[in-house]
Amino acid sequence: MSLLHWAILAPFIMAVFVPFLRKKAASIHTGWFVLILPVVLFSTFLQYFPVTMNNGSVSETAAWIPSLGIDFTAYVDGLSLLFVLLITGIGALVVLYSIFYLSKTKESLHHFYVYLLMFMGAMLGVVLSDNVITLYMFWEFTSISSFLLIAYWYDRDRSRYGALKSMLITVFGGLMMLGGFLVLSIMGNTFSIRELAAQAPELNDHPLFLLAMILVLLGAFTKSAQFPFYIWLPDAMEAPTPVSAYLHSATMVKAGIYLVARFSPIFAFSGYWFWIVGAVGLFTMAWASFNAVKQTDLKGILAFSTVSQLGLIMSLLGIGAASLHFDALDDNIYTAAVIAAVFHLINHATFKGSLFMVVGIIDHETGTRDIRKLGGLMSLMPITFTLSVIGAFSMAGLPPFNGFLSKEMFLLSMIQLMELNLFNVESWALLFPVLAWVGSVFTFIYSMMIVFKVFTGKFQPEKLDKKPHEAPLGMLISPIVLALLVVVFGLFPNLLSYSLIQPAAAAIVPSIIPPGEQLYVNIYFWHGITPELLMTIGVIIVGLLLYKWLPKWMGVYDYFPGKVTLNHFYNASLYAAERGSNSITNAYMTGFIRSYLVYIFAFFIAALGFTMWAKEAFTFDASAAAPINFYEVALVLVLIAATLTILFAKSRLTSIISLGAVGYTVSLFFVIFRAPDLALTQLVIETVSTALFLLCFYHLPKLSRHEERRRFQVGNAIIAAGVGMIVTLIGISAHSSKFFDSINAYYIENTYTKAGGENMVNVILVDFRGFDTLFEIAVLSVAALGIYGLIKLRLEKGGETNENE
Amino acid sequence: MKTNDVIFQTVAKIVFFMIIFFAIHLFFAGHYYPGGGFVGGLLTSGAIVLLLLAFDMKTVRRGFPVDFKWLTALGLLFSVGTAAGSLIFNVPFFTHAYDYFQLPLFGKTSLHTAMLFDLGVYLVVIGVTMTIIQTIGESE
Repeated sequence: MSLLHWAILAPFIMAVFVPFLRKKAASIHTGWFVLILPVVLFSTFLQYFPVTMNNGSVSETAAWIPSLGIDFTAYVDGLSLLFVLLITGIGALVVLYSIFYLSKTKESLHHFYVYLLMFMGAMLGVVLSDNVITLYMFWEFTSISSFLLIAYWYDRDRSRYGALKSMLITVFGGLMMLGGFLVLSIMGNTFSIRELAAQAPELNDHPLFLLAMILVLLGAFTKSAQFPFYIWLPDAMEAPTPVSAYLHSATMVKAGIYLVARFSPIFAFSGYWFWIVGAVGLFTMAWASFNAVKQTDLKGILAFSTVSQLGLIMSLLGIGAASLHFDALDDNIYTAAVIAAVFHLINHATFKGSLFMVVGIIDHETGTRDIRKLGGLMSLMPITFTLSVIGAFSMAGLPPFNGFLSKEMFLLSMIQLMELNLFNVESWALLFPVLAWVGSVFTFIYSMMIVFKVFTGKFQPEKLDKKPHEAPLGMLISPIVLALLVVVFGLFPNLLSYSLIQPAAAAIVPSIIPPGEQLYVNIYFWHGITPELLMTIGVIIVGLLLYKWLPKWMGVYDYFPGKVTLNHFYNASLYAAERGSNSITNAYMTGFIRSYLVYIFAFFIAALGFTMWAKEAFTFDASAAAPINFYEVALVLVLIAATLTILFAKSRLTSIISLGAVGYTVSLFFVIFRAPDLALTQLVIETVSTALFLLCFYHLPKLSRHEERRRFQVGNAIIAAGVGMIVTLIGISAHSSKFFDSINAYYIENTYTKAGGENMVNVILVDFRGFDTLFEIAVLSVAALGIYGLIKLRLEKGGETNENE
Repeated sequence: MKTNDVIFQTVAKIVFFMIIFFAIHLFFAGHYYPGGGFVGGLLTSGAIVLLLLAFDMKTVRRGFPVDFKWLTALGLLFSVGTAAGSLIFNVPFFTHAYDYFQLPLFGKTSLHTAMLFDLGVYLVVIGVTMTIIQTIGESE
């Protein structure tokens, strides 16, 4: 375990202490304690800069399950470091913001920060794991913590709905991804991503290659909310705004981007990768930006905008894959797409993070996020207004902000695609820049909506629950920091060029970089009058016109019928699944324990009988049998008599006593066969269970022999006889066949010498097979708690607590 | 159902202690003679059940003001703790240690960590049996 491992585990460890901090130091907002951690982690990881800037990497391995080849390998290269800094940096800002956003007294802060820390640790684990299995584990941790955070206000229906939706979709993707990882590990015979990447050319020709790729991409697309899986993200906006800013815009949804980037060295040479990632990304970008415009909830707009921007980054990564087919570094124009992807990733985190926080402020100070109720807040909230202008203009791709630079690079990449002579791009080439441009126009429109619908126009105080005013300073710090970054990265993009962007991009396309060299990254404003600049100008003009005439063409959204949307499909299939499983379950869960016993014993007979027949396991060999004595015959007679008494007794009490007699007789058998321990145990168990029976006795209905139909009785008789027969046959066969040497010689030899005991049975129980005993008592305890729960916490009949309603 | 069970109650009061002592004897004898934590625990609960039948739930509860669920947890803790304790001495999980000592009164006695583990089993068995019986008995 190295420092790196502890850094990943630190948030989990911290999470353990959060409830105590909340309890013991209730007068201080718990967030202040939590804030320390991301700040410390951020500064810790800064020391890796010198390594990654030269395209170097650090890796530390701790054995986890060595027998399966699963190690906990932490690996830092340019790409991981970029994500780590995003996670810890934005994390620190979000925690700071949440201190002012969440009330110290009203909210259950310990839940919030435990989930948030869990997420932070999981996310660090995802981006720092080299082993696919650990990556998967942390990946699912992010899904779970996201689920918990979305459902943070769990008394709201929409929160629970959104949480479940995100969980179902992302965990579905996660499982697909696990399948992809396993296929990959079968192909490459390793769980290490780096070792897999080293075998990329061989993997490329493997028949399972496409399957692995699609499975891994399903994981990435569900997590990064790509079409058609994006529907969970808008509903995830029910989470508190700091969570939306952190998980659902800056970090977790970028885990899919990370996955695509991380697996690019393995998959990207394939044409399928180029097409799937590029096309899905670009279509998502255009589709989501188109849908964002019709939203009325500010967070809804931002959710669709996030989907759209993630699609943009995804498409750049897909197109960047083309660079692998060109050797020379200098005139390889497609590496620019990879660089643009990394650059836009950073930019998106800054401007979208600040916008989310701005929306949180608006929500917090006015009590609504509905743009139809908001307006004219400019003079009331001047700082918030400035911040939203910076964020939204950057998102729209306007100079001098960082969004302009990466947007230009995006458009350039799409234009250059028309010159590509690979993968049959020619016939479709025009579609790429057109879609990109259309998407950009809608991006421009919704960006303008965020600013102008809220801050200009008519102030409508009568529609607001609160009297709006500027947010407290503490809430403004985080968005101000992010907005400053937007401006600084916009004016001095080359601050990032070789410190963050180059190392990250180099990790995505390592195969085309000769040893010792670097990618060429130079980002600047003025390229002359280029096609992409003209496209941007076109975006602004058309965007402005469309924005102005917005009410006139909003009607087009009505042409999309509600019945064919993906959301409708999701709801309908969920409903059908619930109804279907409900009716199947109801068909056999009768509520009578005797029906269940019939199922169990029928299955018992079928399974064991079939096995005996199929394996021809029945053998009969009486040669080793001991002679039968008078005592045994007598006991068997008693046993039979007692059993028959149970069946034909008139009263239940007689049955119970007879059952006890059966048990006592069996324990006498143990005495005869010289097993005092067993005999003793059997005697006591029989006593206690008879007492238990007598206790339950009162609850049972009155015994009547004639209410049941004959068919029922015959069926039960057959099953009872069957069970008896099978057990007898197995007993005879077990006695007659000896496949292995008996282990008893070992125990006889070692009981005294190794375990210091003389009673072999007891030594086996507590020492040789102590694990068994340990688990048995654990099971017993669980059973006791289960019975306690079933009886004490019984739900009232017809009460409101019934969850199935 | 008011019955006069003076004889039963009087006998139960005395027999109870006999059973308990026998149970404790069984528990300690475990490693060398028939017995052990499981049987000892069962027998102890058997003794309590006897009281339960002779008197009623309330009386027994007054006599044993223990939450048997906690007893179960305590027993589990004992067992897991004994098993895990070996890790402190850098030997594999569940390694037992024992030695023979010359104790006053008892003479040569073996002290064995398996005893501690068995104590856990003993407590769990009492806890589980009594939790179940009490819960079912009280639910009417």
